[in-house]
Amino acid sequence: MSAAGRSMGLRGYALLYLLFLYAPVILLPLFAFNDSAIIAFPLSGFTTAAFTQLWETPALHAAVWNSLKVGVAAALISTALGICAARAATRSRFPGKRPIMGLIMAPLVLPEIIIAVALLIVLVQLGMPLSLWTVALGHVLICTPFAVAILSSAFLALDQSLEEASLDLGETRVGTFFRVTLPLVAPGIVASLLISFTLSLDEFIIAFFLTGSDATLPVYIWSQLRFTAKLPSVMALGFLLLLFSLLLLIAAEWFRRRARRGAGDEGWI
Amino acid sequence: MNAPLIALDRVEKRFGAFTALHGVSAEIREGEFFSLLGPSGCGKTTLLRCIAGFEQPTGGEIRIDGGSMEGVPANRRPTNMVFQSYAIFPHLDVAQNVGYGLRRLGLKREEAARRVEEALAMVDLAGYGARPSGKLSGGQRQRVALARALVMRPRVLLLDEPLSALDKKLREQMQAELRRLQRAVGITFILVTHDQEEALIMSDRIAVMFDGRIAQVADSETLYRRPVSRRVAAFIGVMNFLEARVSAASGSGIEAEIEGLGRVALRAEQAPGGAAGALSAGVRPELLSLLWPGESAERTAEGVVEDVVYYGYMTDFAVRLDGMARPLTVSMRNAAGRRAPAKGERVRVGWSTESVVLLA
Ligand SMILES: Nc1ncnc2c1ncn2[C@@H]1O[C@H](COP(=O)(O)OP(=O)(O)O)[C@@H](O)[C@H]1O
Ligand SMILES: [Mg+2]
Repeated sequence: MSAAGRSMGLRGYALLYLLFLYAPVILLPLFAFNDSAIIAFPLSGFTTAAFTQLWETPALHAAVWNSLKVGVAAALISTALGICAARAATRSRFPGKRPIMGLIMAPLVLPEIIIAVALLIVLVQLGMPLSLWTVALGHVLICTPFAVAILSSAFLALDQSLEEASLDLGETRVGTFFRVTLPLVAPGIVASLLISFTLSLDEFIIAFFLTGSDATLPVYIWSQLRFTAKLPSVMALGFLLLLFSLLLLIAAEWFRRRARRGAGDEGWI
Repeated sequence: MNAPLIALDRVEKRFGAFTALHGVSAEIREGEFFSLLGPSGCGKTTLLRCIAGFEQPTGGEIRIDGGSMEGVPANRRPTNMVFQSYAIFPHLDVAQNVGYGLRRLGLKREEAARRVEEALAMVDLAGYGARPSGKLSGGQRQRVALARALVMRPRVLLLDEPLSALDKKLREQMQAELRRLQRAVGITFILVTHDQEEALIMSDRIAVMFDGRIAQVADSETLYRRPVSRRVAAFIGVMNFLEARVSAASGSGIEAEIEGLGRVALRAEQAPGGAAGALSAGVRPELLSLLWPGESAERTAEGVVEDVVYYGYMTDFAVRLDGMARPLTVSMRNAAGRRAPAKGERVRVGWSTESVVLLA
């Protein structure tokens, strides 16, 4: 095959791949605005009825509220843990650092269902009632590796002599952390909060296993899939969730880049 | 003579199996401009960081004002540092950078502001307080770092190659300015540099370091005229080395036979490293001269010009003296009305026994 032919082949492959990945996503808004309860072509007409219906479903509002609570808690806790772990990973040397960091990062590659089942068993054994708190706990476990990864690169980009200069000028270690380190890794912290929140917001398996009577948004969506009549509104809900997640991720990425380039000695502004 | 401000007492620093400082001892006096000079990697920064408190010596002791610094963290030492990278806080403006350390001193707001203004004026940055630090030039960042340290009124100011990032013109200007500033504030400065000329120009005394050891501590002139070893001599300026053999040495004088120059009688201080192991003689190129017919000197030798390098204000001649294998460098100032000898010409070289130093 000629070089041009190979390049054509590759391009075709990439195109098919992207289509396969995103075509279902494009179907979401199509059917969300479709004027029919049946998810099938041809489209019958345009309506925003599904969105109006969302607005009038109290159970949905409760699920959104639950997801927000879990997301905020998971984001705050995993980012706080991430700050500590990332600082230790980039600034100190201690015995067993590699295995410890490995264990912190492991949930990144463990199947979520295993984490969920394992947590469920432990919680039941401990006699802890399932609630939004247990869901948040599970989410902290899967969000922390992301927080550590993002914050580590923010700490690495931070010129160590800035912290030394602060100490040299008489500031304590704690004071240095608040006056120099924290402001300079702030974009990384914001990125970590946003990513953790987004991960928690979209997470289904752990939430499904660990929630008590309060459903989070993905669990609510799943429960609605049984009712054919509700399909358009599920589509509408999915579409909104997608938009919101995308916005969060774009913001997170913007902050993450800023953290990596901004924390050095040059060009903060 | 009063007690030293800083005493380095057999300071040793190991990084794992590597020893960066092999028991360094020196005393630095109050109000002195002291330089640590040596090639890159010889341990200058490590020693400075030990004094500042960023590294803990693995042996020996550092005393400031008579008090041991062991276990005293960097933020409680009477030292301040100008970092090689300047370490200007990027999220703070110029005034906030300079005033950073004042916050913990518990000064009144107006008093702190006044001291910041004063410090900025001292480094010629008056009125720059509100500038964001990201918009400063290299020279300005350097001044901010200096003001930020000086505003703390430290007992000792530590400077790690503060001028190495500046271009030549600015560097020369800052050398003079730093020297003037040090005299004005009277604070003890310890400057780390690998630039021998910079050290000679600025310092009261210089410690020359090689491989984690101090080879010599002396004022600029002594260091230049009477280096204790061949290695120090070669590191400071340019030196001609000639083979030498000591034939007699007593408390008052030394007799030696020097390749190309013949027998000489020297005073004992002309072998600063001791006459016993001396194997070579050193003569600075500018202490040799090419003699015109009729001119005379304490001692003369004859040879052939092998090369001429013209520098504008002076010229270097490579002259091979009769009976020598390698040429010597003779530096002459270019004066009006003097014709420089050309390559291949025979010349007389004038020298004095005073300019010879015996080296191990
Ligand atoms: N933290 C460290 N860990 C290991 N080796 C170090 C460390 N800091 C400095 N060194 C080594 O110590 C030697 C002296 O370094 P340094 O004091 O920075 O030299 P200089 O400032 O004279 O160029 C170098 O060989 C350097 O590699
Ligand atoms: Mg150095």
